[in-house]
Amino acid sequence: MLVLRRIMALIVKEFITIMRDPKSRFVVIGPPLIQFFVFGYAATFDVTRVRYAVLDEARTSESRQLLAAVDGSQHFRRVRNLTAERQIDEVINLQEARMVIHLGPDFSRRLLSGEQAPLQVIVDGRNSNVAAVALGYVSAIVQQYNAQRQTGFILKNSSVMGPRLVGRAWFNANLLSRWYIVAALGGTISMVVVMILTSLSVAREREFGTFDQLLVAPFTSGEILLAKAIPGITFGLLDSLFLAAAGVWWFAVPFRGTIAALIVTLFIFMLSIVGLGLFVSALSTTMQQALLGSFAFIMPAVILSGFTTPIENMPGWLQIATYANPMRYVVRVLRQIFLEGADLSLVGPQLWPLCIIAALILPPAAWLFRHRSQ
Amino acid sequence: MTALRASLMRIRGLLRKEMLQVRRDPSSILLALVMPLLLLFLFGYGVSLNPNHVPVAVVASDTGAAARELAARFALSPYFVPLSVKTLNQAEELLKEKKVDAIIHIHENFSADLLTRGGAPVQVIINGVDANRARLLQGYTQGVVQTWVAQEQRRGVLPAGSAAVVVLPRIWFNEANESRNFLVPGLMVLIMTLIGTLLTALVIAREWERGTMEAILVTPVRVFELILGKTLPYFFLGLSGLGLTVAGGVLLFAVPLRGSLLLFMLLASIFLLASLGFGLAISAAVRVQFVAAQIAVIAGFLPAFFLSGLLFDLESTPLPIQLVSHIIPARYFVEICHTLFLAGNIGPVLWSATWPLVVMAIVFFTVVRRKLSGKRLE
Amino acid sequence: MKTTEVVLQASALGKSFSRKGKAPVIALDALSLRVKAGAVTGLVGPDGAGKTTLLRLAAGLLLPDAGSISVLGLDSASQAIEIQSRIGYMPQQFGLYQDLSVQENLELYADLQAVPLSLRPSRFAELLQMTGLGDFQKRRAGALSGGMKQKLGLACSLIKKPRMLLLDEPTVGVDPVSRRDLWQIVYKMVADEGIGVLMATSYLDEADRCAEVVVLYEGRKLAEGTPAEFRDKLKGRVFTLTPPAGGPPPRLLQTHLAGQPGIIDVMIRSGRVRCVVEAELAARLKSGHSELFPAAAYDKIELSEPSFEDAFMALVPKADLRPKNAASLSPEPDPVPGAVSRRDEIMVSAHNLTKNFGAFTAVREISFEVGKGEIFGLLGPNGAGKSTTFRMLCGLLKVSGGEVQVAGRDLRRAGSRARAQLGYMAQVFSLYRQLPVRSNLEFYGRAYGLSGARLRQRINWALDEFHLRGREESPAGLLPAGYRQRLAMATALLHEPAILFLDEPTSGADPLARREFWLRISGFAAQGVTVVVTTHFMEEAEYCDRLLIMSRGTELVQGAPAAIRRLAQSPENPEPTVEDAFIVLAEGRLPAAAPTGAQGVES
Repeated sequence: MLVLRRIMALIVKEFITIMRDPKSRFVVIGPPLIQFFVFGYAATFDVTRVRYAVLDEARTSESRQLLAAVDGSQHFRRVRNLTAERQIDEVINLQEARMVIHLGPDFSRRLLSGEQAPLQVIVDGRNSNVAAVALGYVSAIVQQYNAQRQTGFILKNSSVMGPRLVGRAWFNANLLSRWYIVAALGGTISMVVVMILTSLSVAREREFGTFDQLLVAPFTSGEILLAKAIPGITFGLLDSLFLAAAGVWWFAVPFRGTIAALIVTLFIFMLSIVGLGLFVSALSTTMQQALLGSFAFIMPAVILSGFTTPIENMPGWLQIATYANPMRYVVRVLRQIFLEGADLSLVGPQLWPLCIIAALILPPAAWLFRHRSQ
Repeated sequence: MTALRASLMRIRGLLRKEMLQVRRDPSSILLALVMPLLLLFLFGYGVSLNPNHVPVAVVASDTGAAARELAARFALSPYFVPLSVKTLNQAEELLKEKKVDAIIHIHENFSADLLTRGGAPVQVIINGVDANRARLLQGYTQGVVQTWVAQEQRRGVLPAGSAAVVVLPRIWFNEANESRNFLVPGLMVLIMTLIGTLLTALVIAREWERGTMEAILVTPVRVFELILGKTLPYFFLGLSGLGLTVAGGVLLFAVPLRGSLLLFMLLASIFLLASLGFGLAISAAVRVQFVAAQIAVIAGFLPAFFLSGLLFDLESTPLPIQLVSHIIPARYFVEICHTLFLAGNIGPVLWSATWPLVVMAIVFFTVVRRKLSGKRLE
Repeated sequence: MKTTEVVLQASALGKSFSRKGKAPVIALDALSLRVKAGAVTGLVGPDGAGKTTLLRLAAGLLLPDAGSISVLGLDSASQAIEIQSRIGYMPQQFGLYQDLSVQENLELYADLQAVPLSLRPSRFAELLQMTGLGDFQKRRAGALSGGMKQKLGLACSLIKKPRMLLLDEPTVGVDPVSRRDLWQIVYKMVADEGIGVLMATSYLDEADRCAEVVVLYEGRKLAEGTPAEFRDKLKGRVFTLTPPAGGPPPRLLQTHLAGQPGIIDVMIRSGRVRCVVEAELAARLKSGHSELFPAAAYDKIELSEPSFEDAFMALVPKADLRPKNAASLSPEPDPVPGAVSRRDEIMVSAHNLTKNFGAFTAVREISFEVGKGEIFGLLGPNGAGKSTTFRMLCGLLKVSGGEVQVAGRDLRRAGSRARAQLGYMAQVFSLYRQLPVRSNLEFYGRAYGLSGARLRQRINWALDEFHLRGREESPAGLLPAGYRQRLAMATALLHEPAILFLDEPTSGADPLARREFWLRISGFAAQGVTVVVTTHFMEEAEYCDRLLIMSRGTELVQGAPAAIRRLAQSPENPEPTVEDAFIVLAEGRLPAAAPTGAQGVES
């Protein structure tokens, strides 16, 4: 009873300190919201309205038909018609256009005489992803154009169609990369908030001397740990659930899984992050050290989590290293829940590494409370 | 003693102090020299947009020769690691468990349908969670099928189709379209922002917190000397961090540097000044390290990551985001890095990205001067 | 000496600071004053009197709202740079770069003041010799003791032979020996160069050494004049009472007299009680009639020479900040004074206590015992190892050697039950600054297991006893320094601990707050609370039952204040203070018969 009352007092104090300090309050509420909306829009691999220029030396109905198909696509926006080949250099170099479609003078002649008609596509490779995606779109348009011509040809010559690709994407039929980013964005942002909040919590008390006062009071290390962890977990959970809701209602990301799975996942994830945050905090003596320490964790954790770029693209040895990164699991599981409709039984097996991380990091953090000062 | 000599002496004193402090504070060194290497390493290895060795399930329900040959094609592609699966159900399970990223389904009647007017559909099911990756995989699959068709037509197994338009792609500046060549130059921006903005914001706020600012302000030091004393050391620290990253990027990751190194260093210096000016302005406005660090991260570091075009293409974002990105110095420097590393010395592009940086640097330093003018404590 | 030259002149100077959403704080209000060259002018006043603001305005670091201030004939608002190249200014926390060495700090300020290179070697040598820092040239400023840091700060502000020196409490937290050194340097500058010095100080004995003193109170000038003029006003109103041998300790007499009508100030000096009284009471005393001073309680009542401190106490208006009488200290019935002190029951003991930080030994084989109801003082200059010893007692630091027991247990290993018995007040204010007073009290009350009606009762007690009513809802960090200290003490006492640990509780407090604090401590000890306290104010030693004076981690002497004072007794100094004794001991002039060991000498 006495112990419970003591812990409650400590927990209540932690909450009041966070909510009363305008700086802490700001960290918990302001940046997560701004970041979520700005990054929700900015962090996209989708490519829209690519500026392109045309050098049509054929000027035939065939070439115009093909170009009309390109113009009709929402992916491209024609900004200039070129008249000479040397202009291509200029247009690409000066970034007037990011792609140039070049049809040679013999384009229609070759096409009508049954030869292959080359369509030269020059892409600015400075952004490799835009280049790859734009090329993909052009290929798709050209393929469709070919297929149309093929249909007519088959009818005329009673020829055969050959194999044709029927593509379908599961979980994200329109291939919106915003779904991919936003599903994991809330978890990532909350991780940053919780990490900074908890890593500062003990360091700040040390810097202001209040930690000694706590250590002299009849609290055990475990009680302090519990009281420090609960606000971090609570704010992290509230933040990430709120951002999840915002993702569904604002960014129209589907939520196909169960809410229970989401809550359990976020709770276990926050537990491990709070553990890491408190460990960094218990290790540092000043707030600057704590901030730098949490930064040193956040950067690699985000980059090696598969949040922005797939883990599968990394070299094998680095992929193995990512198993130690708690972010890796939660990014994966959040996408499973949102997009693949995973429930608790499906995400369960992914969560035990997070439990292990939490179990490994919390006891040393508590031990350090009392033993950091020699 | 002339006023000039006295001024030079004061500047020397401030510079020497700052350099001694940097040398003795491990966290500055950590941020300036270890962090760039760590980031370079992470970006060089950890961040790649090029899928390869993608596990795919190939369900060849047809055992005909044509189907077998098409299936074998996937094994030859460097992009795929095909996994032969008996039934579509099994394959779908694998896809759900994320054991494979895509399913290539060749129907039972594939070989027969191939010679009909309707054609033989090859079903491709891709896990679309990572939309970007899915799109690239779709392209790769298409490539594999098309190459096979062309070969079969040449061999006469398939009748020649209609004349077709073939796309002859040429990717300028990055022929192999290696994402590393795109990411590593952009990384320079992150590193310079870290040193320029975060470190300077912290070091001046620290002087306020420790009370050393009061003792400095009460000496006959002039405001511009004070600013110079704070700018120069971190300027050189930033340049050395940058040098380290450039060398690492070019030597370790074979990123091309097609423009002039000298020009790059010059433009980088201008960006660094803007970035330092921003850091100084933050710490002149708020004198508490904690708040300064928060602002530096939220207004400096994160936009440099998300709103600069370093990873995500700005032109594809909604208009308001694009407008906001224009007030972010990092955006212009990303442009400069991409152009100088991959394209070369292209004057007009570089100039249109440089003058906004010059303007920003001037604005930030004017703010700093204003804030410190009169050297008052309030 | 050109005493006529005025180096600083303020006329109708006004300065206020705006606060968000609140009325602005008026720091200085229509202040006029002059500082002459060739002398030290002292600036005294309680916390918040405006001393620092005045010095910052003079140095051109702030702009006045009204009136003007000129230094060396230059206006500080428009000619700040010119002033700054002619003066030396030492802020309260001098801006030494902790990670730069002594030499590097000197060079930095020499560069900033543009001292020609050719003059530097001789100037550095002179300053290093003056400050006694010659042997520490290569040491980082952060590794210097408090006194050495202040001396280095002074050296840095003297680097270009200034024509005027502005010093903001240069001796705060500095041990007596270093304090004397600092004064010698300043006097030498005044005598040799004829410069003017304006020095803010909260040590009133230092004001006595100034040529002129200005008393500030709430931004206004309360009085000015030479210390002698101040003292003369109190002639005939200062009495020294000698308690009878074997009677109650002087501390109890002081507690008894404090706050009685007609008494302005009571303190303990060299084992006697010194009293400043109202003129009317003085007249009655002289005629031998006063119910306050029954003849039986004292051996002797003598008239004493007033000091500046007496004059200051009589001058500065005091709100009723005295603690209520002893009965209100706790709800329990008032114990008989002196009766609870059972020295035989050992509450705190240390045996051969040693602490090493790497190769550096911070504390070497310290042993002592503290009995129930005793006030035990750990005295010594900054860096002597007091705080380290203290933190080991509280279980905050691991012991390298020896043993520590508090209430029969080692706190580092004992569970939370043992810690519940002690109250702790840290050196720096260490409550939650953003939490209001009441929340702080509630939190610490609950932390120590109080709840419900009992908690409410104790909080009400604390609010009344420490005059915190009306401030319950203001965040602790925004309280004035004096109130913060009261709150810290209130939290330490909320759960009625058996043992009270107080680490430098009076450091940086103004004279008024220090008096109030010690009166309270005496009251608690009288009720049987064991008190262990560290301090670097040697005169506060008088309030302790027994002391341990430390220097460089080792024990210099241990015993009752009277016994320690006797060590410095000599024909030239028949009535030495503890401070005199410390200087004698620190300089190694240790007399043959020094009382040492845990037993010491009982008074």
